[in-house]
Amino acid sequence: MSSSARTITEKILSTKAGREVTAGDYVEAEIDAMVGHDVTGPLAIEVFESVTGEDGTVANPENVVFTLDHHAPADGVEAANNHNIVRDFAETYGTHQYEISDGICHQVMIEEGFVRPGDLIIGADSHSTTYGGLGAFGTGVGSTDLGTVFATGELWFRVPETIRFEVEGALPDGVYAKDLILRFIGDVGFDGATYKTAEYGGSAIADLPIHQRLVLSNMAIEMGGKAGIVEPDDRTVTYLERQSGLDVSLDPDLVSDPDADYEAVYTYRGSDLAPQVSKPSNPENAVDIDEVAGTPVDQVFVGTCTNGRYEDIRAVADVLKGEQIDSNTRLIVVPASKTVYQTCLETGVLETLVDAGATFQSAGCGPCAGYHQGVLGDDDVCLATANRNFPGREGSMQSQVYLASPATAGATALYGEITDPRGLETERYDDYAVATAEGGR
Amino acid sequence: MTDRVPRTDGGTPPVDEPGRAWVFGDDIDTDQITPSRFLVSTEPAELAEHAFNDLRPAFSADVEAGDFVVAGENFGGGSSREHAPLSLIGAGVSAVVAQSFARIFFRNAINLGLPVLICPDAGAIEDGASVSIDLDAGLVYDHDAGETYEAEPLPQFLQELVDQGGLEAYTRQKLATTSE
Repeated sequence: MSSSARTITEKILSTKAGREVTAGDYVEAEIDAMVGHDVTGPLAIEVFESVTGEDGTVANPENVVFTLDHHAPADGVEAANNHNIVRDFAETYGTHQYEISDGICHQVMIEEGFVRPGDLIIGADSHSTTYGGLGAFGTGVGSTDLGTVFATGELWFRVPETIRFEVEGALPDGVYAKDLILRFIGDVGFDGATYKTAEYGGSAIADLPIHQRLVLSNMAIEMGGKAGIVEPDDRTVTYLERQSGLDVSLDPDLVSDPDADYEAVYTYRGSDLAPQVSKPSNPENAVDIDEVAGTPVDQVFVGTCTNGRYEDIRAVADVLKGEQIDSNTRLIVVPASKTVYQTCLETGVLETLVDAGATFQSAGCGPCAGYHQGVLGDDDVCLATANRNFPGREGSMQSQVYLASPATAGATALYGEITDPRGLETERYDDYAVATAEGGR
Repeated sequence: MTDRVPRTDGGTPPVDEPGRAWVFGDDIDTDQITPSRFLVSTEPAELAEHAFNDLRPAFSADVEAGDFVVAGENFGGGSSREHAPLSLIGAGVSAVVAQSFARIFFRNAINLGLPVLICPDAGAIEDGASVSIDLDAGLVYDHDAGETYEAEPLPQFLQELVDQGGLEAYTRQKLATTSE
C-alpha cells in the first residue's frame, strides 16, 4: 500500500475540499448540484429561511433542483400545499423546479444533465447515491443540510473508507445488476457499509450498461453506504451525451489507484450468480430465487428510482407481450420519468403492458413508500422492483414485500407466483424499436 | 402563500436528569420511526403524535418530555427523512442512545442538536428503566440496574457542531463571518 494511492472517493473529495484528504478526515466541500423533493424540500426551505432571515440569498441557484415526485400528483391537501411551497420558493429564488409530470428526482437529475463524473452531489433523499453510477460522489443528506447549502454552497463531510465489490466474467442470462446488489446487501448486511463508499468494479461491472450501474449505486444505501460508485468510462461518456445532452471528456485519473487502501474487497464470479429475491422485511434477506419460487403474489410493482427506467419496464413487457397477467395478481407500473413514459409510449411497451392487464401510472415514486397509487392491504403479498421492503413500507404492517429484478417481476406477474425469469422466452423484445440510449438489455 | 408553522429551534431537555428509557431493537429504520404517510407535516409536535406510530403506538401516547430512546444496532436506517429525528425532538426526547446508528439519521440528529450517543452496551438497558447521561464524560447511567456504561466520544468536528447548537447556528455564524 502506497501512502499516495487514493480511492476515487478520496480524489473527488480532495478536489472539492481544495486540499488533499484521506478517509477519516472531516472536510467542508463545494457542492456541484443538489436536489430536494416535495417531502424534504419544504423542510429545507424552512431551514434556509431560518438561517438567512427575510432577504436571504441562494448561493448558487443554478445548482439547486427541486422535484415534485413523492406525492405526485398531490394526494391530499397537505401535499398540495407542500408543492406550492416548493413552487413559490423556486420562483422567488430562481432555482430549477420540475413538475408533477416530470418524474423522480434522481432520474430527472441525470436526464437533465446535473450529474457529471467527478461531481459532488447531495440530495435530501437517501437514494442520492444513484449518481455514483456515473462516477460522481452522490450522497443523501437531511433537510437541514440541504437548507444550509442553499445559503452557503458547501457542506461538511467525513471522508469515507471504501469497500470494493468485484465481479469478474459474464453474468448468466436472467441475472441483472439488481440481482448483484441484492446479493451484495445480503452478504454484508443492512448496515454492512455504514459510513462507507461501496465501489463496484471488475469486468462484469465494466460490461454493464449505465442504467444497470445506476441500480448498484442506488441501493448502496440499503447496506448503509454513504456513496456507491462505479468508475466512469467510455460508456459513461456516451450515455451522458445521448441521455443528458452533455459533452464530457473523461479524466483518466478519475479512478481508484490500483494500490488504493480498501477496508474490504468482496470478489464474485459472474457465472456463479442466480436471480436474487430479498424476502420480507429487510433488503438484506436476499436468497437465490429457487428458495422462494412458487410463492403466491397479490401485486407486482415495477418502478422507482431503482428500476423504473425504460429498459426495466421493457424487460417486463418482453415477458408479457401477447400474454395476460395472472387473474389473481395486480401489476402496477410507474415510469421513473416523463422521458421514460414517452419512450414506453413510442415503442409500444405501454400498449403491451396495458393490454396485458397492467395499471400504468404517471411518472413518480408511486406506491414505493406506501401512501398512494397502490398501497398494500393486510396480508397482501407484493413483489417489487423497489429498494425497500421494511415492515409496512408499501402499506399495511401485515403486508409483505419481496424485492427482485424487473425480469423476475414480469415472470411473476405472468404466473401470479414468484417465478424464475431464466426459463422464459426472451426474444420478444426484438419487436420493439431500440429507443434506449445504449441499446442492449 | 400557504401558512407555515414557524420552525422551532430544537431545544432538547437536559440529559443529566433521569428519564424513562424506551427500548427498541436492531435495525429500526426511519419508516418505523415516522411512517411515510405522515411526512406531509414539518412541525415537530405534529410529527411527535405519529412517532413509532405502527411499531409501538404506546410511545406517542405515553412519552414524556425528558424520556430517552434506547436502541440496538443501526438505528435510523433507510430514508433520509429528517422528520424522524424531528418527531423525537417534538416528543421531548432528551437523547437517543444506541449500539450504532445509520449514517443519515446520525447526521440529521447532530445537525438538529439532538444528542446521539453510540453506546456498545445499550443492549443491557431494560425498557422502562430510569436513565440519564453525562455528555461531557460520555457516560450513560442506568439507575434501576445501578450500572454505568461508556459511550464513544464524538469526533472533534462534530462536537464543535453540537456545541455551537447544530448546523443552523453554525451556518448563521459562518454567514455572519463571511459578510463582515
